[in-house]
Parts: sequence; structure tokens; C-alpha cells
Amino acid sequence: MFTNPDLTALLLTLKLAGVTTLILLLLGTPLAWWLARSRWRFKFLLEAIVALPLVLPPTVLGFYLLIALGPNGPIGGLMAALGGSPLAFSFSGLVIGSVIYSMPFVVQPLQDAFRAIGRRPLEVAATLRASPLDRFFSVAMPLARSGFLTAAVLGFAHTLGEFGVVLMIGGNIPGETQVVSIAIYDHVEGMEYAQAHWLSGGLLLLSFLMLIMVYAINRRFRLVKP
Amino acid sequence: MSIEARFHLARGDFTLDVSLAIPARGISAIFGPSGCGKTTLLRAIAGLEQCDNGLLKIGEMNWQTAHHFVPTHQRPLGYVFQEPSLFAHLDVQGNLEYGVKRVPATERKVSISKAIELLGIGHLLQRRSDQLSGGERQRVAIARALAVSPRILLLDEPLAALDQARKQEIMPYLESLHEELEIPVIYVSHSPDEVARLADHLVLMDAGKITASGEIRDMLTRLDLPLAHDSEAGALIEAVVAGHDDDYDLTYLDFPGGRFTVTRKSLPIGHAARLRVAARDVSLTLAHQVDTSILNIFPATIDAITDEQSAQVTVRLLAGGTPVLSRITRKSATLLDLKPGKRVHVQAKSVALLS
Repeated sequence: MFTNPDLTALLLTLKLAGVTTLILLLLGTPLAWWLARSRWRFKFLLEAIVALPLVLPPTVLGFYLLIALGPNGPIGGLMAALGGSPLAFSFSGLVIGSVIYSMPFVVQPLQDAFRAIGRRPLEVAATLRASPLDRFFSVAMPLARSGFLTAAVLGFAHTLGEFGVVLMIGGNIPGETQVVSIAIYDHVEGMEYAQAHWLSGGLLLLSFLMLIMVYAINRRFRLVKP
Repeated sequence: MSIEARFHLARGDFTLDVSLAIPARGISAIFGPSGCGKTTLLRAIAGLEQCDNGLLKIGEMNWQTAHHFVPTHQRPLGYVFQEPSLFAHLDVQGNLEYGVKRVPATERKVSISKAIELLGIGHLLQRRSDQLSGGERQRVAIARALAVSPRILLLDEPLAALDQARKQEIMPYLESLHEELEIPVIYVSHSPDEVARLADHLVLMDAGKITASGEIRDMLTRLDLPLAHDSEAGALIEAVVAGHDDDYDLTYLDFPGGRFTVTRKSLPIGHAARLRVAARDVSLTLAHQVDTSILNIFPATIDAITDEQSAQVTVRLLAGGTPVLSRITRKSATLLDLKPGKRVHVQAKSVALLS
């Protein structure tokens, strides 16, 4: 069964994934909305930046984050100057890394969902006296609900499986930065296969269940659409 | 009270360049071939298309001036799109309420129940848009636009996406709008039949420009405009029900040029009716024929004659000041020595009662 440190790692992982998903939904929604509707000619540059974590080795991302968040880096230095604690090797640092790492998994489904709505329902809402913000909340969000579900689950599941970025900027501090994927690695290194099995199986099951939920619900949504 | 608009906007290789003044009452139809800019003009009136240096006045409301642009959601208008555009995440009731909720209570003049009754959609309220037929969806869309108590109603070919049967289903509702509403309606269409049935005022468009604008009766019979030369050309006559003949099951309708006799219609005496007389159903005689089965015969004066491409000519006549068109062969015109100013008799073989 799970040992106490394993349980701590599991809870920490869930907390990291939850916080990351929440932040990504808050930041990613306006970004995806803008990307879906803007006609700015250099929009593709921003889209490429958002998609970068899809192809970049996590260690590369982690390496640059380590430098940026460290006490001598631009962000870490700023934090230190403001009297804050350094971000590298802290939970906050992990959140920042995860937000960047999982960004495309949240932004892209949202962008696709917003684009699929088209302009017409929003124009209709405008002729029915809805202001731009009102149109977003009363028309765009409900019509893009399956996109929100996909984005939330993919963002959460992807953060669960994070390894390289965490290893680079978080290290392996139990209760602070030791997530499940790192704990599994430790167990395998220490030849503790039984515990590695429990954690790996748990993560596999959790990820699978979440994806089943996404596909099942999206299928239902598709059936309801006209 | 009038509607004045001036727009100049370029979209790719299409340019809309219009200056428009139409009465702020009744139904004004914008008519023209596909791609002539009708829809773009309507969208510009709604504020869905923006252009610099545009101008738009609806009665006393300034919606666009040189330095001010009222965004769409602040314009008290109702808009019906070409394809039924109901919100998929709301049922019919939710769709109807969407707009009403956003209109201040003091500005609500049309109640939801009134809109529901006008369009006959009371039995559909709990359904979602994917459970409705195309015709029902468009009726809901029209009711939704009416329920916001608009000061002007903009209809963009509301029947174009529907088949003939569905068109016949919605037409009576549109005709009743004509009678029940006091607000101006701008109706975009490329169907001569819809225009003849509904419009009071007609704006002709071609290639992004307005080619002519005027009262429907004049526009349909003006020989310098394409409508009078269409194979379906005909005149509109505003008449009043004068009486019924119980023996022969007939209804009499009076207009300034005389009296029409049509098969009996259950309309009250004094009811205003719009008749359409197709040019090809009108023949001309020099003397008043008495030994004929045709009942609708009126004296008229020839106003103008133009050649059509084939062996035919179109004759514009005035019967008591009301314009009537006749499509006859050039040979007949020559044999009868028809020319402007000549007094003749008009024989209408068939008459369609439009409303």
C-alpha cells in the first residue's frame, strides 16, 4: 500500500495539478478567446510560443526556468529585491513551471471551441442588446462548454505526469516539491518496485478515468448539437 | 420621419457605396441579385459592419455620425438573419427571454406573449432548436427579434433558407406584422414575389450601389427599371373590399380605376387588400368588349410603351391614376396603333389577391 511519504507526494501532485489548472483556465480563457478572434497578422507568433512546450524537452524548459527563477535570474532576482523568497525549489516555482508546461493543453482546446462557435451567435446576441462582456459569458462560454471540460481535464492530467520540469526547478523536497512522478523514480532507483507499482498504477488509473470522462461527455455534447 | 443612411465600405474586391433615404414607416424592401450588397447594407444599418465617415439616422435617433458610432447592442433594433440563428444552448423560451431581459423595463412595449401569439409558437416553448423545423426556427427568430420592442426591424432574407412549403408557412405571419406593427421594417430579398406581397417601398441595388428607390407601385411599373421587364412583371393595386355577391360567390374590390371582381374571399367590407395583376394576363382592346367572359375591364390611358427583346412589348397604362402593365405582341401594338395618350380598355384575365 501507499506509505506516508507516497501519500504526501500524491496529495502534493493533486494540489499542483489543481492550482495549475485553475490558473490556466483564468489566464488561458482570455488568451484563447483573443487568439480565436483576432485578425492580427503576427498572431501566429504567439500561437507558436503557446505550442512550444508540446515539442520542447521538459528539461530545456526546466533549465531556462531554473535560471530565470533562481536568485540571480530576472524573476527570482525581482522576487528577492521585493523581499520575497526565491522561487526555485519551491511549490510556487513548480506552479509557474507547470502553468507554462501545460499551457497548450488548455489554450488549444479553448481556442478551437471558441473558433467553432463562429461569429454569428455573438452577432445575434449583439442585436439582442448584449454587450461584448455579456456576450462572452452568456453565449460564448456556454457554447464552448465541452472545450472548457477538455481543457480542464487535459491541463490537469498533463500536470499530473510532469517530470522533467519538476526535476529541474523543484528538486525533490518531500512535502514541498516531491511529486508522484519523482517519487516513482526514487522508488525504482531504490529497487522498491512494489511501491513504484502502487503509485504508477494509481496515476495510470486516474489519467485513464479522466480521459474517459472527457471523451464520453464530448460525445454526448456532439449528439445534442443541431 | 425618415431613415437616412450613407455608407462607403470596401471588403476585398467588393465596395458598398450607398446613400439612402426611405420613409420610417411600413416595409421597405431592398431588392437585388445575390452579391449586390443588400446584406452588407443591412449589416451596416445594424452596426455589424463598421465604416468610417458613415452616416445613419433612424427618425430622430442618430446611430452613426462623423464622430460617433453607436455599437449594435445599444441600438434598439430587431434583426433576423438569413439562416435561423437560435442559441443552441437555450430552449425556445430561453431564446425569447434572452433579449427581453436586456431591455430596460420602461422600454418594453411588446410582451413576450404578444410575440409568441403573433408568430404562433406557443406550443414550442420548451423545445430546443434542434427539435424544430427550419420554418419553426425562423418563426422563433422573428419572435425573438420582436420581443426586444425594437424601434426598427431588419430582416435579412428570412425566407431564403426555407423550401416553398415553409415559405408559405411564414408568409402570413410576415404579412400580419405589416398590419400589426407601427415600426419601420427593412426587408432584404431577391424574390420578386415576396417584395410584391410585403413591401410598401422598394430600394433596388446592383453591384454595391442603389440604382433606384421609390414607392412599390411605381417601382414595379416603371419602364426604365428592370422589374417591369421581368417575365413575372406585374402591377400592384391597392383596393378596398366593396361587397360580396352571394349568388355567384364573388367579392368586389374597388380601386380608383374601377371595380375588380374576384372569387369570394371572407374579408369584411372596407378591408384594404393588395391585388397583383401580372402583365402577361392583361390584354388591351380599343372598344369596351361586352361579349367576353372577362369580368375585370377598365378604361385606361396609355402612358408609355417599350419593346422587349422578343416579339413583345410592355405597355404602361394608367387606370384612374393607378399604373397597370400589359405585355402584348408587337404585332398587336402595331395593328391597334397603340401610342402614348391613347384611350383603351384593359382586360385582366386573372387577379391575385395578396393579402
